Amino acid sequence: MAENIVKKEKVARQPMPEQEAAVRRRNFEEVPLGYSKETAMLEAGRCLQCKNPACVTGCPVGVNIPGFIKEVSAGNFNEAIKVIWGKNSLPAVCGRVCPQEIQCEGNCVVGKKDKPVAIGNLERFVADTARTSSGVELPAKAAPTGKKVAVVGSGPSGLTVAGDLLLKGHDVTLFEAFHKTGGVLVYGIPEFRLPKSIVASEVAMLENMGLKIECNMVIGAIVSVDELFAEGYDAVYIGVGAGLPKFLNVPGEDLIGIYSANEYLTRANLMKGYLFPKYDTPIIKGKNVVVFGAGNVAMDSARTAMRLGADKVRIVYRRSREEMPARAAEIHHAEEEGIEFYLLTAPVRFIGDENGRLVQLEGLKMDLGEPDASGRRRPVPIKGSEFIMDCDLAVVSVGAGPNPLLTQSDKQIALNKWGYISADPETGKTTKKGVWAGGDIVTGSATVILAMGAGRKAADSIHNYLTWGW
Amino acid sequence: MFKIVKREEMAQGTVIMNEIEAPKIAAKAKPGQFVIVKANETGERIPLTISDRDPVKGTITIIYMVVGKSTGLFKTFQVGDAFQDVIGPLGKATHIEKLGNVVCVGGGTGVAVLYPITRGFKEAGNKVIGIIGARNKDLLILEDKMRAATDEFQVCTDDGSYGRKGFVTDALKEVLEANKIDLVVAIGPVPMMKFVSLLTKKYNVRTLVSLNPIMIDGTGMCGGCRVVVDGKTQFACVDGPEFDGHQVDFDGLMKRLRAYEADEKQAYHDHCTMFGGK
Repeated sequence: MAENIVKKEKVARQPMPEQEAAVRRRNFEEVPLGYSKETAMLEAGRCLQCKNPACVTGCPVGVNIPGFIKEVSAGNFNEAIKVIWGKNSLPAVCGRVCPQEIQCEGNCVVGKKDKPVAIGNLERFVADTARTSSGVELPAKAAPTGKKVAVVGSGPSGLTVAGDLLLKGHDVTLFEAFHKTGGVLVYGIPEFRLPKSIVASEVAMLENMGLKIECNMVIGAIVSVDELFAEGYDAVYIGVGAGLPKFLNVPGEDLIGIYSANEYLTRANLMKGYLFPKYDTPIIKGKNVVVFGAGNVAMDSARTAMRLGADKVRIVYRRSREEMPARAAEIHHAEEEGIEFYLLTAPVRFIGDENGRLVQLEGLKMDLGEPDASGRRRPVPIKGSEFIMDCDLAVVSVGAGPNPLLTQSDKQIALNKWGYISADPETGKTTKKGVWAGGDIVTGSATVILAMGAGRKAADSIHNYLTWGW
Repeated sequence: MFKIVKREEMAQGTVIMNEIEAPKIAAKAKPGQFVIVKANETGERIPLTISDRDPVKGTITIIYMVVGKSTGLFKTFQVGDAFQDVIGPLGKATHIEKLGNVVCVGGGTGVAVLYPITRGFKEAGNKVIGIIGARNKDLLILEDKMRAATDEFQVCTDDGSYGRKGFVTDALKEVLEANKIDLVVAIGPVPMMKFVSLLTKKYNVRTLVSLNPIMIDGTGMCGGCRVVVDGKTQFACVDGPEFDGHQVDFDGLMKRLRAYEADEKQAYHDHCTMFGGK
């Protein structure tokens, strides 16, 4: 046994083939190219098949990781996808956007001495293989229960709830405010990180399983939650995300050429502004671009600007590299593509020309002081360090707040002091009978997989309710 | 899909009226609210205020001026054609109440937005004075409907080709001099709303304006429609579209409306070339 383990460790973690940085920084094609069958099997062979797998405890939806990897190493890819689908209805998405380094891979035992098993890359391989091969059976559905569920919002948590409840035999309708399903997966995450055709095919799979979809439905405006119940829905799940952009609140922020990351990415991704004028939505293409913030959304914005032809793209962040909230892979990719980082720097004001267009910004250098409420060291301005930087496009990516459109329309759904929905962390139950909530509208901006985890718990709770009562 | 059941050209084909099948929106829409309209797969999301609704027929009416590629494309749609997406009703409804004397001032296509609000104030028991204006007689819209919805009514044209010669502000000034007015509602081009607001400020008469900045989602998500009102950033889509005219930064709004001028010109030029110069 011991010999066996030593032998396995000899195979190095298989690198993900990627588009060259110099090429990809100017196109919207996906960056990683995916494993070949051989590479996937080789990588899968690195897994120790732990009896008490630490990786699974690191997964918010509890995918049976050693189980699916075992099938991959034996070349049984159709079996591998079934194992994943048991816990995760969006594996092609998760394989691409989960922060594996702090979840499954962060817990991987192989990773203690060597690089961890590339669980994310393998999940992606299995999902992509299943999508393009015939003969993969859809997961089995339970007999119809006759119960109707309305899922509000078609982002990752809504899709997870919908998928889980369909499998349990419920009649599920998904309501989306935009004209396309996918929520942040289509408006927020760019094509080069998550091709929209993949989201569409994951949604199409749910439709094949019986999901009904109604787009262009702003719940709270066109139909209230109470009216959904009156229409015969037995339960309602709210997963509308945190869609209210935060701004910097510095002078000049209303100049032309300053976008919220939401607007910038929605123009580029959902509205396909990068294909203007083939698509009708324009997007400002800056030459000197500055992105404020250092999360995944900021990296997406910066890399989008580079692909739209910028000469210089700079990330301006008021804390240091250590505090940057983005996934390691996103920061790495951004740097490879020539994005520059201006750390410990804060904006003071924006400067426009006579037409109200952004031309410059004034910044200020910061120093790190004592830890603040978030446990991170508080940035403190350095006196007299002001400087001027040329800039014709700025993207503000400093987080989002709760969108009040739905919550204002129903006073029985209690909110916390920040305006997010108060929901039981274990079940997703809100203060209104028959209504659950999860994802960013409960937690504030987080990750795709955490929203899916909340969706999973809520789906279980909704199923219990539909079976046994509130 | 949202089918067009009735279509009219107004103001010599520069303004189009479409009555669209949208039963759920028709059931909920209130004066002052808007919809987002998208023609087809490659289309832009365009905010348009709902000009009328018929909950029984399940239709809403939109009236838009043909100004660019998207509205140019809308114009090619005939009865029986359909918009791919119509989203709404969005924005806050006009707060309609009995106040006494209300003046409703409209300019250009803004009259289409003003009309249901005017009718609302009349039905609420106010004395309503209507003033509408256009550059010339041919560009006037909804004159008869506005006349029917008001107690007193006058038309202004910049060139004097119809009604009184001059701007709506000239007529409004006389009305403000002669009457005790409780509210002015002004909807039209941004400069018109700006000058109406400057005028009513002198008379200390509360003034509502309806703003139509560039938007994407219309639900508060993108912040593209932000306007400065009373020194604070507001989102026209969810905080408006109506605001206190005395507090709106109209100059800032005018600048932001020109954000895509060059792109729009090029796209419209290409569209016109494709559709044979129309």
